[in-house]
Amino acid sequence: MKQQLEEIMQRAKEKLSLVKEKSELEEIRLAFLGKKGELTAILKGMGALSAEERPKIGQIANQVREYIEEAIESKGIELSAKELEQKLKAEKVDVTMPSKKTMIGGRHPLSSVIEEISRIFIGMGYEIAEGPEVELDYYNFEALNTPKNHPARDAQDTFYFTENILLRSQTSPVQARVMQSQKPPIKIICPGKVYRADEIDATHSPVFHQIEGLVIDKGVTMGDLKGTLELFAKNIFGESTKIRLRPHHFPFTEPSCEVDVSCWSCGGEGCRTCKGEGWIEILGAGMVHPNVLKECGIDPEVYSGFAFGLGVERTAMGRFGIKDLRLFYENDLRFLKQF
Amino acid sequence: MKAPVSWLKDYVDIDISVKELADSMTMTGSKVEEIIEEGKEITNVVVCKIIEIEKHPDADKLVVTKADIGGGKILQIVTGAPNTQLNSFVPVALDGATLPGGHTIKTGKLRGVVSEGMFCSSQELGKTPEDFPGSCEYGLLILNDIGFKPEFLETKKGTDVKELLGINETVIDFEITNNRPDCFSIIGLAREAAVTMGKDFSAPKIKETGKEGNPADYLKVTVEDPELCPRYVARVVKDVKIGPSPKWMRDRLNAAGVRAIDNIVDITNYVMLEYGQPMHAFDYRNIENGHIIVRKANDGETITTLDNEERNLKSTHIVIGDEKKPIAVAGVMGGLYSGINEDTTTIVFESAVFDAATVRLGAKDLAMRTEASTRFEKGLDLNNCVPAIDRACELVEILGAGTVVGGYVDVKAKDNLPVQINFRPERINAFLGTEIPEIKMVSILEMLGMTVKDNMITVPTYRPDVKMEADVAEEIARFYGYNNIQSSLLAGKAATQGRKNKRQSLLDSIKEFLIAEGAYEALTFSFTSPKVFDKMRLSEDDSRRKALVISNPLGEDFSIMRTSMVPSMLQIISTNYSRRVEEGRIFEVAYTYHSDEKPLKNIPEHRETLVIGAFGKSEDFFTIKGMAEEILIGLKIRSYEFVPFEESPVYHPGRCAKLMINGTEAGILGEIHPLTAENFECPERCYVAEILVDKLVENAVTMPSFKELPKYPAVTRDLAVIVNKDVLSGDIEKIIKQRGGNLLESCGLFDVYEGSQMAEGMKSMAYSLVFRAEDRTLNDEDIQKIIDKILHGIRTQLGGELR
Repeated sequence: MKQQLEEIMQRAKEKLSLVKEKSELEEIRLAFLGKKGELTAILKGMGALSAEERPKIGQIANQVREYIEEAIESKGIELSAKELEQKLKAEKVDVTMPSKKTMIGGRHPLSSVIEEISRIFIGMGYEIAEGPEVELDYYNFEALNTPKNHPARDAQDTFYFTENILLRSQTSPVQARVMQSQKPPIKIICPGKVYRADEIDATHSPVFHQIEGLVIDKGVTMGDLKGTLELFAKNIFGESTKIRLRPHHFPFTEPSCEVDVSCWSCGGEGCRTCKGEGWIEILGAGMVHPNVLKECGIDPEVYSGFAFGLGVERTAMGRFGIKDLRLFYENDLRFLKQF
Repeated sequence: MKAPVSWLKDYVDIDISVKELADSMTMTGSKVEEIIEEGKEITNVVVCKIIEIEKHPDADKLVVTKADIGGGKILQIVTGAPNTQLNSFVPVALDGATLPGGHTIKTGKLRGVVSEGMFCSSQELGKTPEDFPGSCEYGLLILNDIGFKPEFLETKKGTDVKELLGINETVIDFEITNNRPDCFSIIGLAREAAVTMGKDFSAPKIKETGKEGNPADYLKVTVEDPELCPRYVARVVKDVKIGPSPKWMRDRLNAAGVRAIDNIVDITNYVMLEYGQPMHAFDYRNIENGHIIVRKANDGETITTLDNEERNLKSTHIVIGDEKKPIAVAGVMGGLYSGINEDTTTIVFESAVFDAATVRLGAKDLAMRTEASTRFEKGLDLNNCVPAIDRACELVEILGAGTVVGGYVDVKAKDNLPVQINFRPERINAFLGTEIPEIKMVSILEMLGMTVKDNMITVPTYRPDVKMEADVAEEIARFYGYNNIQSSLLAGKAATQGRKNKRQSLLDSIKEFLIAEGAYEALTFSFTSPKVFDKMRLSEDDSRRKALVISNPLGEDFSIMRTSMVPSMLQIISTNYSRRVEEGRIFEVAYTYHSDEKPLKNIPEHRETLVIGAFGKSEDFFTIKGMAEEILIGLKIRSYEFVPFEESPVYHPGRCAKLMINGTEAGILGEIHPLTAENFECPERCYVAEILVDKLVENAVTMPSFKELPKYPAVTRDLAVIVNKDVLSGDIEKIIKQRGGNLLESCGLFDVYEGSQMAEGMKSMAYSLVFRAEDRTLNDEDIQKIIDKILHGIRTQLGGELR
């Protein structure tokens, strides 16, 4: 009987080694372990054995059954893995074929630049202030130390509706509005459209965008202005960017300066982009003029502040290497899709 | 302001290179636009003597000459110049020479005869015959005709002609800001240069002139309105001999960009450039009764100015008149009649100050901004009148141009007293963020001509821009060096919160939703042409025709502020379409401007509008509607509907809807009317949505409230109803939602059928309804009750039936 059991085990081993499909495993299980299976039949004949032999044979028979059960199970696992492997192999695709995409659009490059600059200043604690584009002469000029007949008005050929209502020629009127309605500390940037009567060409447009910034608090210094602009320039033009302040004149700041950054193309060596200068002018800035503070109800003996402004088109043209400003306003999709 | 370096050197010692000077001046606030090296393009042009002239064998108009360039070298030069004379001295461009305009001269053959260079005219040297009085109008520049003695020229043979003619000045062109009228002069710039370099400024010393006589014997001056002319100084010069001014003066004027005319006019211009004080010279005999009257012009009065143009004057202009007529437009230009002529014998010099704003507006009005008016309009120093006129008289004597009559006529309405400012060095340091020692501050201020005594700064009157402490701070910072100020970052100042407000953040979200839908952002001009209203096919009384009109537009196409975002969007579509871009989605957020006031008195309404445009074969009404709806969903706006709108002239009457949010109108969208599309040269089918940003912002849900996830299963039922073709899906949905109540979770249209199985004029609409209760599993009975209710509604309100 012992020999019979060993033979069964041997047969089961052989049969299992030939199995190719999972479904065959069930047949094998029935053939050996089922009610009419070979092992079951043998166990049924155990009654004829002596009391001495019975436990020994019983033990062997159990071992054989366990062996077969385990062998079937492990064969099953093995076959599953093989099946999956084949399935995955069959499902292979050419990953270099075109993707199925939902098309994505994009921001206008000028809007991207405004957004990028806004984020830098929001990170430094600035809020974004806005104001009307059709503006009072008072806010655009008079509150900013530029009375009627001031020669500085000539430099900004302004569009008028009436003597007192105009299209803002700068975003500075927003600053005046904020200073008149808000108590210091004030930390704002004002991005927006501005208008000047310039004929359209590759570098001029009657509509363009500016971003101005304003900080008013007790003890704000020109060093703070310089530090702020430095941080800004590094953020937008790269960590190695340097800035240079040149004295200049604006009616609403004193001291005033123009701000150059080291050329983003050559890093200051001098190249075509910077016309050999190594520097590119990007900003106007200064300490808020005491007359402006006074006009806006802020005591210049107690508070001081700085302001700066930059042209968005100019910055974007520099960043993206765009030579003709008109492209921004044509909105050719082949242009817009590049940003 | 073009400043010849040699002229600056009259007042300051410059021992650094011009480039270094220019760079450091830029850094102290006198920005250099350009360094012009006169004669830079002229090389290898030397003095020669023509020692032989023979006829050209093959050309009647040419001659073959021998030119002596010294050192025993003789060249053969062929020329066609009509004034080629034996023994005359002329400039000759040698083989390899360069001339202005990029010309290079090479040895070559002219009609078979070798020419080893070229004789030059004044034009070929980049000059004009007027620059060299005595020279021929045509032909060669004969050097012995323009004041050089032949014996002298003999010694100059072979030397560079630039040196001889003085075409070697270096000129620095400065950008002068409006606040610095003093820098519109050589003296002012020399002073800045001196402080920049830390050198001494040599103040001008003028020799006293005209000891005899009294101008009152000649002249009376009346100033009618002292506000318009706070000071008028005049001096008289008699026995005037008009002629060309000397070469050194003409060279400097030319280098500074002013044309030399005659000695007297040149003196006035020279003084203007040197002192920044415009001057004028009148021919005394043409001043009626010797009486000068400074007054407002009369409306309709005319004057012919020195440029030979007749000018119509207005009462807003200031004129210098005599007892009969205007003789000059004050501060702008003199009159032709009283100008200097060849036979002028007695002149009156004027050195006056006129009201800056009046001159500025007058010059703008007459479209004649002159060197004089650009100076006057910045506000001049009353105390500069006398030094300037004295300098002019000194130059008269130096040039031997006449006899100066002693004394002045000086009509002065007020004194220009120096401004005094408290000197608070610690405050200046606190303001700049610096630690500049007081002694350094004082030294800078003193170099600038200010005095500091007992903590009080006295500012010279030529610096009208320095009025208060901030101005003093700028002066100190300029010469301390802006770039020497230590950077800081608002350390110790109050902390502020940086952020976008709700509207700004939502606008960002709206843009992001649209970008995710494949749309590109556009930016267009805010003004447009009034013609767009007809192109939009608006009726005559459409409120959108009431646009703000710009009074000084760049042209009709940019003359009104837009009242609709549609034209610019259609323009973009048209541009892209015409460039064969086949499809696209575009959006823009901008203001439209509205006001009923006429004339405009207040700031008009700025209506922030989102416009979306789409064109191309994959677009239809439902794609533009989809883009609009994605925004609503993105902003979690629940209560909205699209209501058919047939009346818009802009849109296709059958494919246009108004967007209602919570019952109020928030926008309009649809397919553009084919005629409107045609007017804008757009493709036949294009789609636009206009949505008011404010409505989106007002209704957006920024803080959604959480609802427990469902515990019980949903039950789905399909419901198909047969209705008349005209019944709107929106109306059916409304009934389903109303009657479905709380248990209806969602409802979606999945099929519309109008085929052969339908009766004429009917359609089948099939919806998939999802029901769910929060507290139990719904059974058939529950559902059937609701379905019955819905069907009842559809039957009674829309005349529909279950299919």
